[in-house]
Amino acid sequence: MLLSSLIFLPFLFVLLVLLAPEKLTRPITLLGTVIHFLFSLRLFQSFDPSTSDLQLVEKVSWLPELGVSYFVGLDGISFWLVLLTTFLTPIVVLASWTSIDKQTKAFHISLLVLESAMIGSFVAMDAILFYVFFELSLIPMYFMVGIWGGENKIYATLKFFIYTMVGSLFMLAGIIYLIFQCDAQLGELSASVLDFYRLNLAFVDGQFISPQNVLFFIFCLAFAIKVPMFPFHTWLPDAHVQAPTGGSMILAGVMLKMGTYGFLRFVLPLYPQAVTAWTPLFMTLAVIGIIYGALVAMVQVDMKKLVAYSSVSHMGYVVLGLFAMNMYSLQGSLFQMLAHGISTGALFMLVGIIYERTHTRKIADYGGLAKVTPIFAIFFLIITFSSIAVPMTNGFVGEFLILFGTFQESALFGGLAVLGVILGAAYMLWMVKKVFFGEEGPIFKKYNVNDMNGREIAGLVPLVILVFWMGLFPGHFLKYSEKSIENLVLNKETYNIRVQGSAPSALGDRREF
Amino acid sequence: MLSSLLTIGLGHYLFVSGALFVMGLLGVLLRKNILVILMSIELMLNGVNLAFVTFGYFLNDVNGAVIVLFVIAIAAAEAAVGLALIVTLFKNFKEANIRFFEHLKG
Amino acid sequence: MFFTLLFAPLIGFLINGFRFRSKDYKVAGLIASGAMLVSFLSALVLFVQLAGMPEDSRVINVHLFNWINVADFSANMAFTLDPLSMTMTLIITGVGFLIHLFSMGYMSHDERPAKYFSYLNFFVFNMLLLVLGSNLLVMFVGWEGVGLSSYLLIGFWFSDPAKAAAGMKAFITNRIGDAGFLIGIFILFGLFGTVNFSEIASRVPAEPSLLWSSPITLACLFLFIGAMGKSAQIPLYVWLPDAMAGPTPVSALIHAATMVTAGVYMIIRLNPVFLAAPNAMMVVAIVGALTALMAASIGLVQNDIKKVLAYSTVSQLGYMFLAVGVGAFGAGLAHLMTHAFFKALMFLGSGSVIHAMHEEQDMRKMGGLKKHMPITHLTFVCGWLAIIGAPLFSGFFSKDEILWMAYHSPRGHVFLWVIGAVAAVFTAFYMTRLMAMTFWGKSRVPTDVHPHESPTIMTVPLMVLAFLSVFAGWLVVPHGVSTILPGHPSNILEHWIAPLMAPFEVGHGSLATEFTLMGLTLLLVILSAGLAYYMYVIKPELPEANAQKFQSTYQLLLNKYWVDEAYFKGLINPLIKLSRNLWSFWDVKVIDRATYFLSDRVKDAGGGLKMVQSGNLQIYALYILIGLVAGLFYIMKG
Repeated sequence: MLLSSLIFLPFLFVLLVLLAPEKLTRPITLLGTVIHFLFSLRLFQSFDPSTSDLQLVEKVSWLPELGVSYFVGLDGISFWLVLLTTFLTPIVVLASWTSIDKQTKAFHISLLVLESAMIGSFVAMDAILFYVFFELSLIPMYFMVGIWGGENKIYATLKFFIYTMVGSLFMLAGIIYLIFQCDAQLGELSASVLDFYRLNLAFVDGQFISPQNVLFFIFCLAFAIKVPMFPFHTWLPDAHVQAPTGGSMILAGVMLKMGTYGFLRFVLPLYPQAVTAWTPLFMTLAVIGIIYGALVAMVQVDMKKLVAYSSVSHMGYVVLGLFAMNMYSLQGSLFQMLAHGISTGALFMLVGIIYERTHTRKIADYGGLAKVTPIFAIFFLIITFSSIAVPMTNGFVGEFLILFGTFQESALFGGLAVLGVILGAAYMLWMVKKVFFGEEGPIFKKYNVNDMNGREIAGLVPLVILVFWMGLFPGHFLKYSEKSIENLVLNKETYNIRVQGSAPSALGDRREF
Repeated sequence: MLSSLLTIGLGHYLFVSGALFVMGLLGVLLRKNILVILMSIELMLNGVNLAFVTFGYFLNDVNGAVIVLFVIAIAAAEAAVGLALIVTLFKNFKEANIRFFEHLKG
Repeated sequence: MFFTLLFAPLIGFLINGFRFRSKDYKVAGLIASGAMLVSFLSALVLFVQLAGMPEDSRVINVHLFNWINVADFSANMAFTLDPLSMTMTLIITGVGFLIHLFSMGYMSHDERPAKYFSYLNFFVFNMLLLVLGSNLLVMFVGWEGVGLSSYLLIGFWFSDPAKAAAGMKAFITNRIGDAGFLIGIFILFGLFGTVNFSEIASRVPAEPSLLWSSPITLACLFLFIGAMGKSAQIPLYVWLPDAMAGPTPVSALIHAATMVTAGVYMIIRLNPVFLAAPNAMMVVAIVGALTALMAASIGLVQNDIKKVLAYSTVSQLGYMFLAVGVGAFGAGLAHLMTHAFFKALMFLGSGSVIHAMHEEQDMRKMGGLKKHMPITHLTFVCGWLAIIGAPLFSGFFSKDEILWMAYHSPRGHVFLWVIGAVAAVFTAFYMTRLMAMTFWGKSRVPTDVHPHESPTIMTVPLMVLAFLSVFAGWLVVPHGVSTILPGHPSNILEHWIAPLMAPFEVGHGSLATEFTLMGLTLLLVILSAGLAYYMYVIKPELPEANAQKFQSTYQLLLNKYWVDEAYFKGLINPLIKLSRNLWSFWDVKVIDRATYFLSDRVKDAGGGLKMVQSGNLQIYALYILIGLVAGLFYIMKG
């Protein structure tokens, strides 16, 4: 029941928020999300990292006529993403403490529902259930950008919503096809991902229209938009610029990972031949994304847009690592997902902090900020270095493993992706130089800018601790995903996850949960 | 021959029933006044009623008459609700022309 | 002991870092210098310990914790103390300690001394990681870490945009090198399946690879790109002169004595790999020689005292690469050490001068400082004699060995010797010119400036370094010279690190040739120094006239061959232009337009279909009727 409680606990707090007076909304949500996070730490106790089995499984029949069930479980791939979600949410509440000043109840309810949906999509082992959570997460985000966003919020919201929706609708069609394939091949309708893994999908070399190929592209489209991969990335900068600070943090911190997670959970294990056939294409797109994102970030005038494009670049590394498909690169990709969640979340929070004080995000308005707000500058620099992957911070381990793994597969793509390391330093340091160094900018004549307060420091300190913890002891993190990734790498063609404590085959056995 | 013409048979009843129904239908489709449309609906119902009793009579089945009784009862209820709605609409908009109520236009 | 060596600077960094608001330079300086002293003393103890071990097993391994372990890739936080890293550690902590002391005087008027000292400690910690790491990854941690602290220290006075920009330039240029370094690591792992130095050394194939495209050659070339960045070689040297924007003690510590030598250290550490790739070594030697010459030529005409020293550093680093490139690793390390002493000395001396001149760095406004600053002058003379290679001073021994090796080594060439010798002649000229313009001749000091000797805390480090600059050469006496110094052993340093060197036989060569070449260089150097003295002390109007006469050459050198401008024109500006176009054209015009096109078509379709939805109930009823009829028709038809 642990996973279900994790998914649905936020709804309890939704109820509390609804009933309590408006001014108690923030404390209740903060308390609730902190309790939720502490509760999620129980996963460390219950999860056994020494096996690739699916654990903490719950299965209840939902739509038996279609083989759909409420089926959740946890393996090494999902483990850290769940914790990342529960960890970031309280910090988002802290970051939104003063910046959300209208309809606070609605905002925090959206946030809680979003948290629930994100956890749900990371642990759902039924494709339809996954799809439901995947789409459910869009709705609170839609409101978060649409109601509390900037001046151009409607445009951004629609772009964001429709873009993602288009991709995932095709995926729904794909899922339905797979359900019927289960009927044809296994003799029973089933939407369970585990059954999908056992399907044999026809793949014909050199022929574009074959079931596996088409399904591969359908799923890739859905996840590539979510990541977002070049050339589907243009919704991201718009959404980020318009979103409130908290929305950006969740969007960049967790929601983008749902795309890369989808690659890991569906695309790589389900379509092994198509993946092999199209690896060069996707690596090319990933490398283009890395370099393109970095180049475009370099000429941005808006801080948030710069960070958004840097996300495009960083997520490019993740996808590159996924398609390189060896232990190093896949472990690196998973690690980079976490690292990016932490450091980009922190970057958005920092940009939000300064925006609250000056009401501008234009880089040219600033200058000499390090002198005015030294503590803020220290935090910003630490996170910057984590973002540009200086060793001993979290960014380095992920990027290194990805580049290292990719290089062993293809020196060309590995070598090109290394260029991103240089450009990454260029755009981040360029921004730091313009914002923090030099003479004091015009903005300080207009506003009295104070340094960070206790609440903001309290929100950032955990992030900074994680930056170094992940950088110095990556083993603590990598060991939880090791077995699952190993299983994926070693059994590319015949991927299969066993459910803990059950016989490996026979559909009937698994029905008992 | 003549007698067969003069004898009122199944065909005549059904013809009248059909005529009533079509008149009602045309009224529903073509008239503009909501009240008239409601009355036309009643007309259609009565056309159907006539067909029911006719078949009941010729097939010696009492169910035909029973159904008609139900229909009349429901028609009365429907007319009551419909009229109430029309009155409210008229009160609010001072208008009974159906062309005025096009808020569902895409 | 090892832990105090490595972590004392880190603790100093943390303490000063958390009290960064403090304005008390004495407390901050004492904490930082104390940490350095602890570190240095630990290094000495460890040195004694290491020296006491038998010659071929002089190794202390320390495993701290497991770092990155994925599948068969394993890089741990592990450290190796062997003769090579010990030598570097002693230089770093020793010179570092002196520079910390000097900083207490130099930074006494600064607003944020605690921050300064914390950065300085942080740098030393990273530098120690770099030299002590037992695998390539830990070295890379230090490698990037020193770049990071150098970035922070160059931009220490960040209110000046130029200084902040210099920091950024340094970091990004270094990053280009780091990217090469990373690729080098990747290839090496692909070749040997490990990143541990000792394991790599044992797995290097005995037969050198003569192919340009062989992995080992490529690995060495990419690693050398890393060295180009960190050690300021052509074409990535451009950041170092700008890095002089930082406080002068920083220039002495980072940009002269320690960090910039990291590339040389790396090649010496990986000597078995480089020896297996003769082509890569040739590239190293050529790039080193050309850098030595080019930088020295730029140094001839610069007027900023720190810029002259900066180009001199680039040039001397070129010598070191020339040495390691021809396989004379011992000579490279020897020059690394002597250079650390005399260049740190001269940088600190220039700091003392700048301090006395109230932050004036232009040598045209100095002159005749000898009588105001006797100690600074005297110590500077020691450094000057050392760098131009006056016999028996430290630079003489180390530089002579390099030149001899460039000529004599099987991987050397007479052209390399010629380039090196010309660079030595230039060096003698510009250093003499620096001495003349700063300390000798007539005073050109503005009347409102009153130069004075620096306080004791600054002069003591100068004196210690001066002592080392004069006598450190006795540790590295070349074989040839030792034959005329009865009883003195040759190449003590080389023997000390010999257990770590892959077998590479150079031999001693003919003594007669060696002494001829040495004498020739010495003669040229003396002539060149004399010429500089004549031009800048005896006939001070001559330089101006010459500058007029050789206008184009003069401008070319003064503007540093317009390399910075070329980079901007040829690389940076086009890149920015490209990025703008990518953004405003590709993102907005192509991708967004394409999606708009799709969404617009959907909209159009909707626009057409919406006619059906007229809102007229009667029409809807008609639709029902039509549907009904059609349905009936369909059913009845069959």
